[in-house]
Amino acid sequence: MESVVEKWTTKVNTITLGATKQMGGTREKTVTVGGSSTLPYLNFEGAWPNPPAIAIEMWDREPDGWPEPLADAYADVWKDPAKWAKRAVEYGAEMLCVTLKGTHPDFGNRSPDEAAGVVKDVLKAVGVPLIIWGSGDFNKDNDVMPRVSEAAKGENCLLGTAVEKNYKTLTASCLADGHKIIGESPLDINIAKQVNILISEMGFKLEDIVIFPATGALGYGMEYSYSIMERGRTAGLSGDRMLAQPVICTVGQESWRVKEARGSEKDFPTWGDLKKRGPLWEATCAATLMQAGGEIVVMRHPDAVKSFKSLLREFTA
Amino acid sequence: MALTGLDIYKLLPKTNCGECKSPTCLAFAMRVAQKQASIDQCPHVSAESKEKLGAASAPPIQLVTIGAGDFKIAIGNETVLFRHEETFHHPAGIAVTVSDKLSEAEIGARADKIVHLIFERVGMKIAVDMACIMNDSGDPAKFAAAVKIVAQKAPVALILASDNPDSLKAALEVCADRRPLLCGANASNYQAVAALAKEKNCPVVARAKGLEALTDLTQKITAAGVKEIVLESGAEGVRQTLEDLTKARRYALRKSFRPLGYPMLTCMMGDGDSFLPVLKAAAYIAKYAGIVVTDAIEPWQLMPLLTVRQNIYTDPRKPLQVEPGVHKIGEPGSKAPLLITTNFSLTYYTVEGEVEGSKVASNILVVDTEGTSVLTAWAAEKFTTDQIAAAMNKYEVEAVASHKKVIIPGLIAVESGKLQEESGWEVIVGPKEASGIPSYLKANWGG
Ligand code: B12
Ligand code: SF4
Repeated sequence: MESVVEKWTTKVNTITLGATKQMGGTREKTVTVGGSSTLPYLNFEGAWPNPPAIAIEMWDREPDGWPEPLADAYADVWKDPAKWAKRAVEYGAEMLCVTLKGTHPDFGNRSPDEAAGVVKDVLKAVGVPLIIWGSGDFNKDNDVMPRVSEAAKGENCLLGTAVEKNYKTLTASCLADGHKIIGESPLDINIAKQVNILISEMGFKLEDIVIFPATGALGYGMEYSYSIMERGRTAGLSGDRMLAQPVICTVGQESWRVKEARGSEKDFPTWGDLKKRGPLWEATCAATLMQAGGEIVVMRHPDAVKSFKSLLREFTA
Repeated sequence: MALTGLDIYKLLPKTNCGECKSPTCLAFAMRVAQKQASIDQCPHVSAESKEKLGAASAPPIQLVTIGAGDFKIAIGNETVLFRHEETFHHPAGIAVTVSDKLSEAEIGARADKIVHLIFERVGMKIAVDMACIMNDSGDPAKFAAAVKIVAQKAPVALILASDNPDSLKAALEVCADRRPLLCGANASNYQAVAALAKEKNCPVVARAKGLEALTDLTQKITAAGVKEIVLESGAEGVRQTLEDLTKARRYALRKSFRPLGYPMLTCMMGDGDSFLPVLKAAAYIAKYAGIVVTDAIEPWQLMPLLTVRQNIYTDPRKPLQVEPGVHKIGEPGSKAPLLITTNFSLTYYTVEGEVEGSKVASNILVVDTEGTSVLTAWAAEKFTTDQIAAAMNKYEVEAVASHKKVIIPGLIAVESGKLQEESGWEVIVGPKEASGIPSYLKANWGG
């Protein structure tokens, strides 16, 4: 038979997160993602050397409005970031995504020092690499992230997010303290490239950037994320260096906003067991977006993590 | 492979007579290539050219219809590898299994359960549309009995899963009018199965290990006079399955390779894990499965899967939209609240669901934002004071809300002052998330 092997010209950048003692940090392990030269798991035409890595999301403060299945998994520890971090690692997190919600002016307005304290506690509590995510308020992030970045200096974390209208402070911090960076764009390939260009013009290596193209959850805009990711990836594999970065997806955060994932059995008796429905919704979203090429998947529920991992194991077998 | 405009142009008379309503033959050829015109619109094209065009413009992936009447689905006839290149056209069939080893009562109960796997999302019904009856017993009579129960109870397309031609024959006696998918033909039984398929005009699954063996088998089946074929590669493991699905799609679309130009079927059984088959099926729906068969049957298993299909098969060229104008929820009187939102289906139905849930009868003014969400529309200046005020005039909201108060989404709070000035109405900023709507309405409009 004729060959239908696609000749992609470029590889997705490889990125390693975390720093062990030898590398000047304190992490027990590092995590490497990217490096693929084809679409997900098409090993017949290229390499897919690193399976997607799973990060579990945790906050610097007690969350509000997390539905019952998530409360069951974390409520006894979510007031204490160090305990929460340990729990997430027990659940199989290869990385932690520390989300600094509590620094947002409308959500606790915690100080940069408090945020840095949380990050230090988490670093002490666990040995996995960290993703550290700001609150999204530009002014506040520009106060908080430099402090946090400094507190985690040498640990080779992944910090986010840099956006078109607010990237300079974070980029400078990551450069100074040896971290990798997340460039965020609103489901728009051109803006994704633009953000990468802006970051790299400050002397930041393209190889140290991760793309966050914005994530839409299953049933809540996933079709947009899916195609933006797939378009970006096929362009990256076809030679566009500005789109050859690994991609991060916030699957947990987005999935648990969806009514089908969180609605109670009392309100929706025909939908069945919420304790299975919610986690499976999250895992299904991860499994689908993986087909569009996502290297770092940020998740929440332990059962979602577990089953997505078993899918990855079968793919890697 | 799809013909280019130039390929088509070469087969036209090149007289530029204009009777096709295109200025030139070349312009006409371009329109045909883009499927905006049909070759029949040129009265001068020769029969010979037409035949050439016909053969070459036949879809690279065969359209296969399964079922009859209202219980019918069509799969295949896909044209692209990536949905962003155009769209995926024919949503994959989702089939739930029923074993003929179960008792009659259990078979009936399972069929009933399948019927109830129907949900509403963004104003559309999404449902399991196939049942796959498995001849696990090996016994033709038992199989036919099981098929009969399922056919009677479940208004869905049927798959008859047996490689025993006698079983298929017995089952067809009770359901041939439903035009089931025979699953299926393999290297050793294809003659008998293809003959049955031809006689009863049914589509058939060709099952062989690997694409080469499948190529051989589909040619034999077509030679026996059966056109509508579904492929099953019987690959072991998810990676091999993904590889076969991807390669078959590429052979059909990139190489116009007819023997693999058919939709594909994949099968996922739980083996004690209730999540994993759903995740695999989701991956296969994204990457080219025409049918997924699973033993998953709980609503919490099928809901995400049906939603994956709905998302993947949404046309990326036009977001789902609702009609602009005033939508009434319940029976709103003159004191009922008036809420404003966009005409993006996802936005509208999220809001509508919460308003309904609040049990406060309301009016919702839907503004035409070309199918974009609140903030997307706002950022693109399709949902700012000007457009909202214009819509309020156009749809005469005063007739339904003489109180002259209007509730806007919390996400566009910044518009409240301007809108108040422009419209002369009292503008109330509602919650940011739709989930805040019920408590807000009950507290302020529950009257
Ligand atoms: C999907 C998406 C798109 C899709 C379009 C989807 C669509 N059909 O609208 C695409 C990729 C096309 C897109 C394009 C753009 N987008 Co956009 N997009 C998003 C994204 C990721 C999700 C939006 C969505 O679908 N939300 C779901 C719906 C249901 O939410 P919603 O409409 O707001 O409704 C909720 C509430 O508002 C509330 N609600 C709704 N109505 C009402 C009414 C009342 C009375 C009440 C009380 C409540 C209420 O209920 C709903 C559920 O809670 C958001 C980021 C995000 N994660 O939110 C960015 C986002 C909205 N986009 C943004 C931008 C800037 C754009 C572009 C201008 C970018 C560009 N330069 O190309 C373009 C504009 C396109 C155009 N010219 O039309 C920005 C807007 C920034 C801002 N604050 O102004 C966002 C916030 C991303 C960001 N963080 O920068 N986008
Ligand atoms: S009708 Fe036929 S011959 Fe005349 S311009 Fe159109 S394509 Fe050409």
